[in-house]
Amino acid sequence: MQVPAQFRYEKAVSVEHALTLLGRYGPESRVVAGGHSLIPMMKLRLAQPEALIDINDLHELAIISVERHVLCIGALTRHADLLSSALVGEHFPIFHDAERVIADPVVRNRGTVGGSLCQADPSEDLSAAFAAVRGEAVIVSPEGRRTVPVREFFLGPYQTVVDPGELLVQLRVPIRSSASAYQKVERRAGDWAVAAAGAELVLDDGVVADAGIGLAALGAPNFHAREAESFLVGGPATDERFAEAARIAAEHCNPIADQRGPEEYKRHLAKTLVTRVLSVARTRWHGLHSGEKAR
Amino acid sequence: MTTAPVGHGTMLRKEDARFIRGRGTYVDDVTLPGMLYGAMLRSPYAHARIASIDISAARAHPKVRAVLTGDTLAGLNLAWMPTLSGDVQAVLATDKVRFQGQEVAFVVAEDRYAARDALELIDVDYEPLPAVIDARQALAEDAPVIRDDLEGRTDNHIFDWETGDKAAADEVFATAEVVSKQDMLYPRVHPAPLETCGAVAHLDKVTGKLTVWTTTQAPHAHRTLYAIVAGLPEHKIRIISPDIGGGFGNKVGIYPGYVCAVVGSIVTGKPVKWMEDRSENLMSTSFARDYHMHGEIASTRDGKILGLRVQVLADHGAFNGTAQPTKFPAGFFGVFTGSYDLTAAHCSVTGVYTNKAPGGVAYACSFRITEAVYLVERLVDVLAFDLGMDPAELRRKNLLRPEQFPYPSRTGWEYDSGDYPRALETALDLAGYAGLRAEQREKRERGELMGIGISFFTEAVGAGPRKHMDILGLGMADGAELRVHPTGKAVLRLSCQSQGQGHETTFAQLVAEQLGIPPDDVDVVHGDTDQTPFGLGTYGSRSTPVSGAVTVMVARKVRERARIVASAMLEVSPDDLEWEKGRWFVRGDQASGRTIQEIALAAHSDLELPEDVEGHLDATCVYNPPNLTYPFGAYVCVVDVDAGTGQVKVRRFVAVDDCGVRINPMIVEGQIHGGLADGIGMALMQVMAFDEDGNHLGGSFMDYLLPTAKECPSWELGETVTPSPHHPIGAKGIGESATVGSPPAVVNAVIDALRPYGVRHADMPLTPAAVWSAVQGRPLRTDLAIT
Ligand SMILES: Cc1cc2nc3c(=O)[nH]c(=O)nc-3n(C[C@H](O)[C@H](O)[C@H](O)COP(=O)(O)OP(=O)(O)OC[C@H]3O[C@@H](n4cnc5c(N)ncnc54)[C@H](O)[C@@H]3O)c2cc1C
Repeated sequence: MQVPAQFRYEKAVSVEHALTLLGRYGPESRVVAGGHSLIPMMKLRLAQPEALIDINDLHELAIISVERHVLCIGALTRHADLLSSALVGEHFPIFHDAERVIADPVVRNRGTVGGSLCQADPSEDLSAAFAAVRGEAVIVSPEGRRTVPVREFFLGPYQTVVDPGELLVQLRVPIRSSASAYQKVERRAGDWAVAAAGAELVLDDGVVADAGIGLAALGAPNFHAREAESFLVGGPATDERFAEAARIAAEHCNPIADQRGPEEYKRHLAKTLVTRVLSVARTRWHGLHSGEKAR
Repeated sequence: MTTAPVGHGTMLRKEDARFIRGRGTYVDDVTLPGMLYGAMLRSPYAHARIASIDISAARAHPKVRAVLTGDTLAGLNLAWMPTLSGDVQAVLATDKVRFQGQEVAFVVAEDRYAARDALELIDVDYEPLPAVIDARQALAEDAPVIRDDLEGRTDNHIFDWETGDKAAADEVFATAEVVSKQDMLYPRVHPAPLETCGAVAHLDKVTGKLTVWTTTQAPHAHRTLYAIVAGLPEHKIRIISPDIGGGFGNKVGIYPGYVCAVVGSIVTGKPVKWMEDRSENLMSTSFARDYHMHGEIASTRDGKILGLRVQVLADHGAFNGTAQPTKFPAGFFGVFTGSYDLTAAHCSVTGVYTNKAPGGVAYACSFRITEAVYLVERLVDVLAFDLGMDPAELRRKNLLRPEQFPYPSRTGWEYDSGDYPRALETALDLAGYAGLRAEQREKRERGELMGIGISFFTEAVGAGPRKHMDILGLGMADGAELRVHPTGKAVLRLSCQSQGQGHETTFAQLVAEQLGIPPDDVDVVHGDTDQTPFGLGTYGSRSTPVSGAVTVMVARKVRERARIVASAMLEVSPDDLEWEKGRWFVRGDQASGRTIQEIALAAHSDLELPEDVEGHLDATCVYNPPNLTYPFGAYVCVVDVDAGTGQVKVRRFVAVDDCGVRINPMIVEGQIHGGLADGIGMALMQVMAFDEDGNHLGGSFMDYLLPTAKECPSWELGETVTPSPHHPIGAKGIGESATVGSPPAVVNAVIDALRPYGVRHADMPLTPAAVWSAVQGRPLRTDLAIT
């Protein structure tokens, strides 16, 4: 049996309390949300925090809502709740696609959206999904609250802009008329991605008005494919253009070889998956808008 | 399924009531007063000299009661222990560490946490050495010598072994019209039982008795080994193997942790529990396979197979600790001629040391028949590829025919019984083979990749005849004891031990069938050496072939004793009695009988018995199997491969198994389901690879993947029944059939799907990356780090 080193445990009863506790215990303390990343690391003694601040009672952080055309997802929202939210599915099917292939039901029942982003694992699917749709992260500290685009949230593997003493409280995504999709290649259900890609498209009469491409496990800076997005915007939403965008995305990402596959294979997957998610997003766009045309 | 059959037939498992309720008792559930906890310090290096070990800080920890090192054990003459293959293995390293994860020091403390904390206080000074990771480099001139502890060792060679007729095989190959060759790797995999290994050791200083609750598939063999290793009197050792959460061969041998728990109890005078964690289990305990094979198959141009030639390089890790009968250093790999009628065959196997964990031959393999079947079934498909022949047709043409049984194989095995064509046709029919090929043609035209894979396997299980098979000198015969209480309820005492196979049900049914009493009236006692007769344990699918046989024999003995008592009751000669299930009656007078319950009561009563009859019905028996049993089967796997990503989806799996007479068909099917899932795991995702420094790249379930329900199709099972002629009820083993037979079916299917790319072979596991790389013509070395 794997057992962690000793640590102190505190249960936060409010966001303010959590911040106070973080301040009290300092940089060697850690927030625990779903615990599905942190606790395994503690059991393997890869992480040895001196104190855990449990935020699981902060129900106000587990709410999904729409406020003034912005989809707001509390940091403590469980994967399972994101997956079952009709509101989320209606506006951003990319999240449902992603959630279906994140871990397994046991992990999804506990693991949280905020924990996923703060963990900043290079293979984290939600990081890529939020990057694709240009979400924003709301971070609070005793000094106040700040909002950071998800595309500027990550400082590197396992590193984010959330400082010790701060708490991620919400993810926000402006709602617009768009279509999105996410796909992942895994060696087995519940495995982390060999590679994954998500896309969001806004079309205007067959022309790409806006595009977002997120990549996980591919070493893309801040989980997105900026060059491929720029290429797409303003051009027709054709297979050829999608393939070229995918090629550009593959060229600009920076995957590393590991037991999931050699670098060239992962680059190949970047190309395949980006092509596929763009195409699914386009199909969904037409599905949404075919009614309009007929009218 | 409310009423259980009186005898064989499907019934729910008696043991499941406690498992479903979470009321099983596993080793980690054993808690004794004053019990202490052990934790193992392991080597971070694959190969390093130990300059020094400083345990002073650990010893000073307030909750630590003892710290053992190789030096402590050397003082007790226990630093090294014999392996199951006549080698020695370090219990705690003294001179060098030879694999990552090797045992270096053992802490005994008041609780688990303190024991683990104290490990961090031990300071070991290692001087890293170059490691031998690639088995193919183990015999290179400049390879570092791993086992310099052995007198006169100058290389990493362990053994050479061969079987078959080399001259005859060479002659066949010299003149054959077609020769196909293929290198293939059966990579290192791990049994990964859900319950990891562990022990609770308790030496009672007053009685001098050592009791060890431990995860073992062979409690009696363990007792004898502890007696030999530790010099303890055997009657003062009691091994209890309580509920076991899966074994698959992983729990056959004795691990350093068990020995340390025993020593820990001796030095502290308290019970000591040691339970390894998942990573320790994956990194240090018995692995399986790791066979680098070169196969050649000779045939005529129209597909009559003539011969096989095979060379194997076997990676045995740092200590030769494979579990197999003594005279079989390559296990039963000698059955590599498979299910085919051929003229000549030869194989040679070379075993080498590498800087990897020792053990081996674990994991549902029937002593390396898994490797043998994979080799021949892949080779047959390679030949079909080269000949442009349908693989089903090629097998049809070469399978042994029913009239050839009992069949003396070219490598000296006697296959007991079989009707192979019937099994193959049953499987092809169930699969709708012709339809599948038609569908495949259509799909190929559309550019879609669909593959159909076939395997036909012959197993050889139930080790084994005492004069050929022993483990460390212990012959592989099993005992059994059957007591019948006055009211006709029975207790069966068995030497073998269930790790989830449902013995408490199956063996009760065997007695029930012989005595005609309900299986619920038979209690099965196993897994406790103080309560059961000697026998070699459960592995290699031997329980039903050997312990099942002795159960039937002992029940028949009881039945015969009952006949004498019944004859006294009925005042007739025993010869005038006839048996029908549950009662003896006077021939010609059906109404005159006595039931087994009536007879049991009478046997304990004041009934006057003939002079030399002792009374009671209890009996004991030992069974020395005359031969192995040879289960077989035909499998068909259908896969779809995503050409863009290399992902494989197993769409269908048809398994027709023949394990002779089925005792509880539901349990048999459960065994097959598990084995098929295992096969999908090995074929598609499981592997323990190592980087060039010897770092284990599969040391957790994040990296060592087990299949889930999502990767498994709804199994389609079929059966044929060809009884074993020498087993008392015609049963054969089934525990490993599906694990043995399914990997080649899956691999053959994937390779078949990749035919449009001209792919002829790729090594397991066929992960998406491996499939894609094969299509690119750059197949991966799956046992090494991907770079
Ligand atoms: C078997 C398994 C498979 C998995 N597979 C996948 C997969 O396929 N794809 C995938 O994307 N993920 C996968 N995950 C990860 C899963 O999504 C985790 O739940 C997630 O990474 C972390 O969420 P959590 O709530 O459990 O975080 P925790 O483990 O509680 O915390 C993780 C880190 O984030 C910090 N943190 C948490 N919440 C906050 C907050 N509100 N503010 C500031 N810091 C915070 C913690 O201090 C900690 O450092 C898998 C996990 C497991 C165990």
